[in-house]
Amino acid sequence: MTDIGVFKVIPPRIRLAWTRFAGSIQSSWKTLVIWTPFFWLLIFFLAPFFIVAKISLAELVIASPPFSNMVQWVDGSVVTIRLVFDNFIYIFEDPLYARTYVNSLKIASISTVFCLLVGYPVAYGIIRSGPVAKPLLLFAIILPFWTSFLLRVYAWMGLLADQGTINSLLISLGLIETPIQMLYTEFAVYVGIVYTYLPFMILPLYANMEKLDSTLNEAAADLGSGPINTFFKITLPLTAPGIIAGSLLVFIPATGEYVIPDLLGGGNVQMIGRLLYNEFARNVDWPVASAVAIVLLLLLVLPMAVYQHYQAKSSEDT
Amino acid sequence: MHGERSRFLSIMLFVGFTFLYVPIILLIIYSFNYSKLVPVWGGWSTRWYGVLFESPDVWDAVLLSLKIAVVNATFATILGTLAGLAMVRFGRFRGRTLFGGMLVAPLVMPEVITGLSLLVFFISLKQLFGWPTERGFTTITIAHITFSLAYVAVIIQARLTGMGNNLEEAAADLGAKPFKVMTKITIPMLAPGLLSGWLLAFTLSLDDLVIASFVTGPGSNTLPILIFSRIRLGLRPDINALATIIILFVAVLVAIAAVILFRQQKRDLLDQKMARMPEV
Repeated sequence: MTDIGVFKVIPPRIRLAWTRFAGSIQSSWKTLVIWTPFFWLLIFFLAPFFIVAKISLAELVIASPPFSNMVQWVDGSVVTIRLVFDNFIYIFEDPLYARTYVNSLKIASISTVFCLLVGYPVAYGIIRSGPVAKPLLLFAIILPFWTSFLLRVYAWMGLLADQGTINSLLISLGLIETPIQMLYTEFAVYVGIVYTYLPFMILPLYANMEKLDSTLNEAAADLGSGPINTFFKITLPLTAPGIIAGSLLVFIPATGEYVIPDLLGGGNVQMIGRLLYNEFARNVDWPVASAVAIVLLLLLVLPMAVYQHYQAKSSEDT
Repeated sequence: MHGERSRFLSIMLFVGFTFLYVPIILLIIYSFNYSKLVPVWGGWSTRWYGVLFESPDVWDAVLLSLKIAVVNATFATILGTLAGLAMVRFGRFRGRTLFGGMLVAPLVMPEVITGLSLLVFFISLKQLFGWPTERGFTTITIAHITFSLAYVAVIIQARLTGMGNNLEEAAADLGAKPFKVMTKITIPMLAPGLLSGWLLAFTLSLDDLVIASFVTGPGSNTLPILIFSRIRLGLRPDINALATIIILFVAVLVAIAAVILFRQQKRDLLDQKMARMPEV
């Protein structure tokens, strides 16, 4: 190689300096790889939370932006910091907020259970399918995940409406005479959440089940264990990490869901995401919206930490 | 473990897939309905596609959304790939736990929280530095990159752990410097992951309503914002037509990518088989 030939002519001191320079480029390359995305997330993901926390402690003022400055200059030199906990007191005293938080947690948990009840057998069914069907079925699960979330919710508006497909079908079959109200009820919100979040349940379950060792099931069968007993004693415990990951992947975002309660629940179902959005957009009360967000975040910190823990563990396993 | 699917599992597969696909299929069928009332059938027609092509605000929204999606996907793929490399290949480094946490959190964070926090962040930035002067393309793109890069990082991490580091170690043993190993070995092997990461970031951006609603400004309507403002008032046949176009566009895009990835996977398997064959 020619550059090695050139290298030999260069005096040793310069050669040493060059090696050091190249070494520092290598390590600065590594630093660059780590710090470019790290820096981006620190600025655009972490820092904004501190600003929300700050604004949640500010007062509402009629101005643009609609919140007071926490740090104020007095006589040009002294900085006073004013913290106002009014927004949090307001949230805790008004029963509307407490009810809405509880309702959101309830809707999210029940939807998660239904996602699991539908998703678990589907994931297991895909695992047990033949080598040709398996990738196709998996692709069919992933495909709706890629297509628009908003449009999939809209599709249910057409199904559940008073003159919608389900009611028309039931009436033409003579099962009912007047349409059942399904759209703008809590039922519609459950259907919407289970429908849109189902792939999030199936995919982690599938990833977990793929690692299962089928010889364990055969050994259990050889030892006289029935299929149901084997399922509860072997398959279910071994798929627990997948169940936990999938459930959290559904539960956490569903708790803060805005679009589904707004489009399918109408004014009849109050969830915290919708309340927060209205506080921000309609009432233009940003301090209260920020306080609502902070309380929601505190409620979800524990499940998020558990999810993070399982993510870290599963990436170490592989 | 195949060929032993019980009847119960087969039924559940059927129920699950019916549940997933029937609403989308009905949505598409009703886009060809002549009637102005979406659920009342009035005969086949492409009338609403015509209405759609004549509305300039739809085209503006489509263009804005596509512009944001392309810029977002490109930056998110670069940042997400770097993040994935850092997490999988660099071992321990200072701040790794915080970094890992910030890479997972956007996947589950409720959108209303992310949206609100980015909005107040942009407003504070404007008060302090006078930038961003107006909200719209720039602010939405930054917001999208922030959550998309986390999804790309997941795909890249899976691909990196899946492909192992034998080739990288071999190259290093033969004297290649880390930078060269990365550009000559790691990045080319990552290509399928880069493709699916880019596509996922592209569709995530095209799909986002909540975060964009928070960080957008007057006059900048992305496609989901436009659709949402119309369907809040009820069903609309022209939205069914628009939905059909979007769903088919994304499905074709994903199917093409799936075929490319499937071929690549087959080639990888073949390469591995060849590598294991004894030398003749």
